[in-house]
Formats: sequence, structure tokens, C-alpha cells
Amino acid sequence: MQYSKKVMELFTKPKNVGEIKNADGIGEVGNPSCGDMMSIYIKVGKATTGKNKGKEILKDIKFKTYGCAAAIATSSMITEMAKGKTLEDAEKLSRNDIAEELGGLPPIKMHCSNLAADGLKAAIENYRKNKAKKK
Amino acid sequence: MKIYLDHGATTPVDNEVLKAMKPYFNEKYGNASSVHSFGDEAREALDKSRKVIADTINADPSEIIFTSGGTESNNFAIKEIAFDTKKRHIITTTFEHPAVKSVCKFLEEKLCFKITHLPVGNDGVVKIDDLKKAITEDTFLVTIMHANNEIGTINPIEEIGKICREKRIIFHTDAVQSFGKLNIDVKKMNIDLMSMSAHKIYGPKGIGALYVRKGIKLNPMFQGGSQEFKKRPGTENIPGIVGFAKAAEIANNRMEKDNEKMRELRDILIDGVLDTIPSSALNGSAEKRMTNNANIRFDYVEGESMLMHLNLKGIACSTGSACSSQSLQPSHVLKAIGLSDEQSHGSLRFTLGRQTTKKDINYLLKVLPPIIENLRKMSPLYKCR
Ligand SMILES: Cc1ncc(COP(=O)(O)O)c(C=O)c1O
Ligand SMILES: [Zn+2]
Repeated sequence: MQYSKKVMELFTKPKNVGEIKNADGIGEVGNPSCGDMMSIYIKVGKATTGKNKGKEILKDIKFKTYGCAAAIATSSMITEMAKGKTLEDAEKLSRNDIAEELGGLPPIKMHCSNLAADGLKAAIENYRKNKAKKK
Repeated sequence: MKIYLDHGATTPVDNEVLKAMKPYFNEKYGNASSVHSFGDEAREALDKSRKVIADTINADPSEIIFTSGGTESNNFAIKEIAFDTKKRHIITTTFEHPAVKSVCKFLEEKLCFKITHLPVGNDGVVKIDDLKKAITEDTFLVTIMHANNEIGTINPIEEIGKICREKRIIFHTDAVQSFGKLNIDVKKMNIDLMSMSAHKIYGPKGIGALYVRKGIKLNPMFQGGSQEFKKRPGTENIPGIVGFAKAAEIANNRMEKDNEKMRELRDILIDGVLDTIPSSALNGSAEKRMTNNANIRFDYVEGESMLMHLNLKGIACSTGSACSSQSLQPSHVLKAIGLSDEQSHGSLRFTLGRQTTKKDINYLLKVLPPIIENLRKMSPLYKCR
């Protein structure tokens, strides 16, 4: 499989692996029968400085992924890209953004990269639902 | 360090084979149909090679047709038999190589043949009773592989042949994975048609043969000249054919020794993996199995990621995972032996070869456990247990 250097780097040394205890939102996407599955955990807080001051941003983000090298690398990449972003900006991250940042993905692997973007969206949605319930 | 454990995919060409082939590229380059001395040389090599292949399976040279390999031989056999009968029913199995599976599917979808797929059970072996029950008045062909390419299990083709002969049904077997590795006697086993390929036995790629028993009428696959008894026209690939014969001869001579050595190494591999890695299991029968095949599943991890990590460590193997296939479907073979999609995704196939050493296996046994452990730590499935 011809993967870019960046994909191989993140596949072998993924960043932000793990779970967050008392996460504010959890996204679970994919399933083992289709070969790729991801759980993503987010911690949300208000930015205290900068242009986003007062807005809700992703303070911390961690993931666990079952899947191929592309699935693991895209999972790792999205956590890095999303950390510190406002929820609105993080939600907008698409699979193409991730693929671009990774130096491209083999065409057949594009489907695996859906997982990460979908996972993050699901986690943010989950966070909003939790918040609405609390009110 | 580079270790090749994918001999089920293909093998390196043996040096002796290469040496035998060489003159036929630029010294003895004649066309076997020519009547001058150059042609004589080529024809002599062709005849001799045909006899070598025939001898290894107890056939007559006139029963061997050279083809471009296993895929062509399977297409040739199944289609030409099907095109020449009024009957409609073919019996095959659920775990054939795509070169048989897709041919049957083509006949079923495009030409309204009826196909019965015999189950193979968890052990990956066809049951004779299932075959007996599936046979009808309308059955004209049984095509069942000898050894399976993914899990290395071996079907009872002698018993299958006996039943087919009794019922006057034509029996074809895809022996691409077993030819040169198991003893095959086409007479004793009542085989009517058999596919072989050179590149799985240290011969060149793109050459193979179809055994066609005397008395089986087979129309040509292509129209053209009169080569290969008018059944497979086209100028013969003499270097390939010479290489194939040499490879078959060598394989036949060292079959027992090779099998003995590989069985030992394979068992060290299987026992070593199952002993050190929890939640791992062998796919398919341990006994009715090729000596070179170890197909093992690892729960909670996906095959491509294991394969890529092994690749980084210099080890080459293959997987039943969808993510490494062009089709994005998990292996139909692993599904056929009752594995869930998840289990198929987590399966690796190691196929040993002549140069495989104990050192290679020990190295694998050293690097594999931490790879699995790390991937499991990352797996959301693992936490649930
Ligand atoms: C069981 C089986 N049948 C057929 C084939 C196809 O043979 P070839 O590559 O010579 O076309 C293979 C090899 O890929 C095989 O393992
Ligand atoms: Zn994938």
C-alpha cells in the first residue's frame, strides 16, 4: 500500500490515543464488520484568550480506533487539527481537509477517512445533546 | 532484514529454473511450429517439458495443455465444459479462488446455469455427504479446489473423484496451491480436469497447464493456429514452459523434504503465536492443511494495520481484511468457514517457502506480540471486554 510519509508517521506514532474520563462528548462511528471503527472523546471549555475568547473550544480530544493504517492516521490527524478550535470550526473539518494535511491518501482509502470527520461531528453533537439535557 | 512469508501469493524463481529457461530466450528462440532446426529445438523442449509435467501427475503427455496459468486453466475447463452440454447444474464450494468462483457466477448470471455451493464447515474441508446430496440428474460438472489458497486446507479429492466417476459427472479441480506440494495421481484420484500454475512452485509467472483426461471433449478456448492439440492456439511460451517443467521436476524431487521442514516451522509458528498472544486462533483444520500455511486470527485488531506494522519490520504476509483488498469486502473464504466479518478483518496469512528458516520464524514470534498489543491498546473494541 502506497501511503504518504505523514500517514506512516501518524500510523506508527499516533497522537492523542486513549480515552478521556468524564468526557463532555463521545462520538462512536463505524463498526467492526466494515473494518473500521472509531471512538472519539472531547473536552469542551471556554477560550480565555485570543480571538475566540469566551467561545467554546475543544480543550482536549482523544481517540481509539480499530482499523487500517489510513483509519488510524486520519484519526490521529483530526485530533491534532481540531484541538483548540471552536466547535463551529471543528465541525467544518472535512475528510478532504484531513487527506490534504496527510499528504494525500490512496483513492481506495478515501472511505476510511470519512470515519474521523464523522466521529468528531458525532462527538460534538453528543456534547450539545448532553448540554441541552442538563438545562 | 526482509522476510518473505507470502509464498501463497507467489514464489521466487528457482536459480536452476532460471538457468534452464535462459537459452530459450535468445539462443534457442525458434518457433515450435517451424520445420527447420530452430523449430526442432523449440519443439523438442516443448515435448520434453510436457512429458515432465505429465509424469509428475501420472498423466499422458497428450493430456497436458499449456496455458497462461491457473486463471486461464480454470476458465478454460469450466467454460468449455459448460458450453458443450445441455445440462445446467454445476457443483462447487463456497471457498474457491476467484478464478473459479467468478467463472461460476458468470455462468449463473449470464447464462442461467444453476450453481450449488457446497459448505466447507469450520475446518475448511468439503464433506462428502454434502456432495452426494447435491448431485442431481442435471449435474454435469463438479469443480472443487484441492488445497485452499487462503487457509491451506485440503479437500478429499480422491473421494470426490470416485463419486463423480461413478455418477459420470466431470470432475475439475483447481490444484494451483497443491501441485508440486502434494502427491497427485490423476488416474488414482479420478480427476478429469486439473488446473496448475508455475509461479506457486518457484517457476515463472504467466505459465501453467490444464490436465484434460483422454476422453473428455474440450473445445478450444480461442480460435487460431493448431498449437496445443488445436485447443490452445498461439505460439508457445517455450521459456516459460521449460521453466515450469523444471520447477515441477524440482518440486517433485524434494517434495517430501520440503514438506517435512515446512511442517516443523509452520507448527513452531502456529504454536508460538497461539501460546504468546491471547485471543488468537488458527483458521481452518490443523491436520488437513498444507505444510506451508498458517492463517491466524487476532481478535480486536484489524489486519491491514498488523500487516503494515509487520511490513515495517521487514516481514511480508497477507490478510483477509477488507481494507487491504480492492473490493473492500472481507475474505469470502473466511466467511465460508464461519468467521464473522470482524474475525476476517483480523486474520493474517503466513505462507512459508523453501528458504524460510527457523530464525525467520523466531524473528516473527518476537516482533508480532508487541504489534498486536499496541494495536489492541488503541482499539475501541478491546476496552469492552
Ligand atoms: C487456488 C488458486 N487458483 C488459481 C490461482 C490463479 O493462478 P494464476 O495466478 O496462475 O492465474 C491462484 C493464485 O493466485 C490460486 O491460489
Ligand atoms: Zn480502512
